[in-house]
Amino acid sequence: MDSILLAHGSGGKLQSDLLEKVILKHIKNPIINLLEDSAYLSVNKSKIAFTTDSYVVNPLFFPGGNIGKLAVCGTVNDLLCIGAKPLYLSLGLIIEEGFDYERFEKIIASIASEAKNAGVKIVCGDTKVVEHGKGDGIYINTAGIGEIKHYFSPQKIETGDFIIVTGNIGDHGIALLSERQKLKFKTPIISDVANLTGISDILFKNSGIHCMRDPTRGGIGGILKEIALKSSIEIEINEKSIPINPGVSSICEILGIDPLYLANEGKFIIFSKEEKIVSTLKHTKLGKNAAVIGRVIKKDQKGKVILLTKVGGKRIIDIPRGELLPRIC
Amino acid sequence: MLNNNIDFKSKFADIKLIDSLINDLYRIAKQNYIIMEVCGTHTVAFLKLGLKSLLPKTIRVIAGPGCPVCVTPQKLIDYSISLADYAIIVSYGDIFRVPGSFSSLEKVKSKGKDIRIVYSITEALDIAIDNPKKMVIFLAVGFETTAPATANVLIRAKKLNVNNFFILPGHKLIPPAIEYLCSNGVNANGFMLPGHVSTIIGCSAYQSIVDKYKIPCVVTGFEAIDIVTSIYKLVEQINNKDARLDNTYSRGVKWYGNPVAKENIATVFRTADSEWRSIGCIPDSGLELNENFHKFDAMKKFDIKLSNITIENNCCRCGDILRGIIEPEQCANFGNKCTPEKPIGPCMVSSEGTCAAYFKYGKT
Amino acid sequence: MCLGIPVEVVKINDEETALIELTGVQKEINIQLVPQVKIGDWVILHAGFAIEIIDEKEAEKTLDSFRELMEASKSATKKRN
Repeated sequence: MDSILLAHGSGGKLQSDLLEKVILKHIKNPIINLLEDSAYLSVNKSKIAFTTDSYVVNPLFFPGGNIGKLAVCGTVNDLLCIGAKPLYLSLGLIIEEGFDYERFEKIIASIASEAKNAGVKIVCGDTKVVEHGKGDGIYINTAGIGEIKHYFSPQKIETGDFIIVTGNIGDHGIALLSERQKLKFKTPIISDVANLTGISDILFKNSGIHCMRDPTRGGIGGILKEIALKSSIEIEINEKSIPINPGVSSICEILGIDPLYLANEGKFIIFSKEEKIVSTLKHTKLGKNAAVIGRVIKKDQKGKVILLTKVGGKRIIDIPRGELLPRIC
Repeated sequence: MLNNNIDFKSKFADIKLIDSLINDLYRIAKQNYIIMEVCGTHTVAFLKLGLKSLLPKTIRVIAGPGCPVCVTPQKLIDYSISLADYAIIVSYGDIFRVPGSFSSLEKVKSKGKDIRIVYSITEALDIAIDNPKKMVIFLAVGFETTAPATANVLIRAKKLNVNNFFILPGHKLIPPAIEYLCSNGVNANGFMLPGHVSTIIGCSAYQSIVDKYKIPCVVTGFEAIDIVTSIYKLVEQINNKDARLDNTYSRGVKWYGNPVAKENIATVFRTADSEWRSIGCIPDSGLELNENFHKFDAMKKFDIKLSNITIENNCCRCGDILRGIIEPEQCANFGNKCTPEKPIGPCMVSSEGTCAAYFKYGKT
Repeated sequence: MCLGIPVEVVKINDEETALIELTGVQKEINIQLVPQVKIGDWVILHAGFAIEIIDEKEAEKTLDSFRELMEASKSATKKRN
C-alpha cells in the first residue's frame, strides 16, 4: 500500500491494518494496546477515563446537527462507553482561511449548548488557521476526561451475554450519504447525533453490563466483528430483531448498501448479562427503540459473527472494506 | 389492486412459503445439481439471505459472468485512469475499487484526481452541464438493464447540445455470454436467468439458447421466494430431463420485454465484439456508440495512449471459475497472491464474487 | 448486475420525471422508459430510472402459484412420512 486512501479512515479492514501494522508498531503500552473507546487511567487513588476524537464530517451541516454538536457528542459518548461520567473536554480547531465567520459562530454556539446539555465543561483548547484550499472548512478535535464509575471492557464479556442496541441503526450514515451524494430524498432522514448522558444513570446502575461500544464508523457490523476478534468470542445476531427506520432500509435497498455497516452517532452496542435493561431503556427518548439483537454464543478464537437472516438462513458478517458507495449490482 | 399500505416487497417476503418449498427440495433433490446464477445481483441476494445454509448440500449454486465488476476489462479501467488527467471521471460505486493493470479509480482519487461516484448517470450529465469548461467522462458499465439509462441521457445530451460530456462504452449483453459459455462447455445443469436484464430484453431472448443447448432456464426475481422457487423449478426440470424456459418473475418480465427501452438502446448503440475480463472476446456481446452518437465516445475524442501496456493477468483462472469448471481453492493464486485486499481476478475483486465470498465465508 | 427495487409512483411531474415513494421515503426518478406509467402504479427502479411497470395481476397470479407449489409440496411430504 503506497499511500493513504479514504478507506483507511472508514472503520474497516484498512483502518485496522493502519493501526496494527504502523501505529501500534511504534507506539506500544498496555493501555493503548486495548484499543478501547477511552483509556482507563489510575492517577493516585482516582480512576480517570481519557479519550480523544477528530471530526472531519462532510457536509459540515446536515439534517439533525452539525460538526460542532458531533464533536461534543462523539467524545462524551466515548467516555460513557468505558463507564465514566464525562467531566471536561478540550477543543482543538483547525480552520481554513476564508471560512465563513457566521457559520463558524453557529458551530461554536452548538458546541457550547451541547456541552452544557451533556454536563461537561470545555476547559482548554487551541485554534489554528490553514491556507485556503488546504482544509475542508473546519476540522475539530476534542479530548475528554471523566471519572470512572464502572469499568466496562470487552475483556469482561461472557458466553451467554445479551447483545443490545439502544435504537435504530444507520440514521447518521444515511443522513450524511444522501447529503454528500446529493440524493434528493423528499423526506430527509435525520442524523441520530446525540450525547447519551441522559441514559447514563440507567446504564451505570445496571450491574449486568460487561461492555459498551459506540458503533460509529464501520457500523454495528464493524464493531461486532472487532469485539468478536478482540475477545475471541462467537456472536449470533438475529436480522429480524435489528431496529431500523423503514425509510433507512428502503434507501439502503435503492442504493445497494448494507445497513449493518452504516455509521451511528447516538447509539450504543451493549453486552449485558441480563436483558431487562431493554424495557427500562424503552421508556426513555434516547432508548425508545432499544432491542436485544443477539447473544454471545461461545468462546472461539476465530471471532465469527453469524447473522440469522430474515428467511432463517445463516451468513457471516465480515469486517467492512472501504467506503459505502451507491452500486448498480 | 394490491392494497398499498404494505409495500410491494413484503407481499413477497412470506416465510411460510419459503420454508415449505425448501423442505420439499430435500425430497426432490435426488442427485447433484450445479445451478449458475448468471446475474451478480442474484449472487448478492443469495449470500445476503444465507440461502446456501438452508439448501440441500447436493445443490451447488455458482456465480456466473453477470456482474459489471467481474467482467469489465482491465483496459477500460486503465483508460479511465489515464483520462483522469484531462477530465472529471464519473462512475457507479461498483467499479471504484476495481484494479486495472497498475492502479484503480480509488487510488488515483487519493492522488488528487477528480473522480466522482454517482447513483444515476443523470447526475453525471448534470456535472457536465454545471462545469461547461471541464470535460466529463462517464464509465458506462452494466448490462441491458443499465444501457437504456445511458442511451436516454445521451439522447438528451444531444438534444441540449452538450459538448463536454462523453462515455467510455462498457455495456455488455447477456444472451451472447450465455451462448458462449454453453458452446465452450460450462459445468452447469441449469441457469437462473437475470430478472432485470429480462425486463428489458424479454424472455424471448433466451428461447434459442434453450432450444439449441437443451439446458433448463428460469427467469428469476430477487426476493427469497423468487430464488427458492426458481431453484425448485430448475431441479424439477433437471430431474425430468425436460429443458424449458420458465419465468417466475412474470410481474416484471414480459415475453418481448420493454420496447421503449430497447428502442432507446437501438437509437444510440450498435452491437460489437466485446472483451470480457479473463474470459476473452465474445462476438457481438457489447454495445458501442453508433455513428449518430460518435461525438460522445471518449475513446474517439481523446487519443488515449496507455503509458504502460495493459497486461491481462493470464495465470488467473477466473474464466474457469466463472464457467463452474474449478472451485476457488483449485486456483494457484487463491488466498495467497490473490486476496480481497490485493485481488488479481474479477472473482476476488467483486465483494460478492465467487472467490471473495469463498475467502470470507469459507465453505459455509 | 442490476439492483432493482419495486417503488410506488405518487406524482407525475412531466413526461420525464415522477415522484416515487417507498415506506415513506420519496425520490424523483426518470420515467421516460415507461411512458404509459400512471399514479398508483408500482415500477421497478434501477439507477434512477423506472425500467418497467409491475403487472399487479401477474403479481397476484405468481403469489397464487407459489402457494399452490407450497400446498403440493406439503401434501407430497405428508405422503412421504
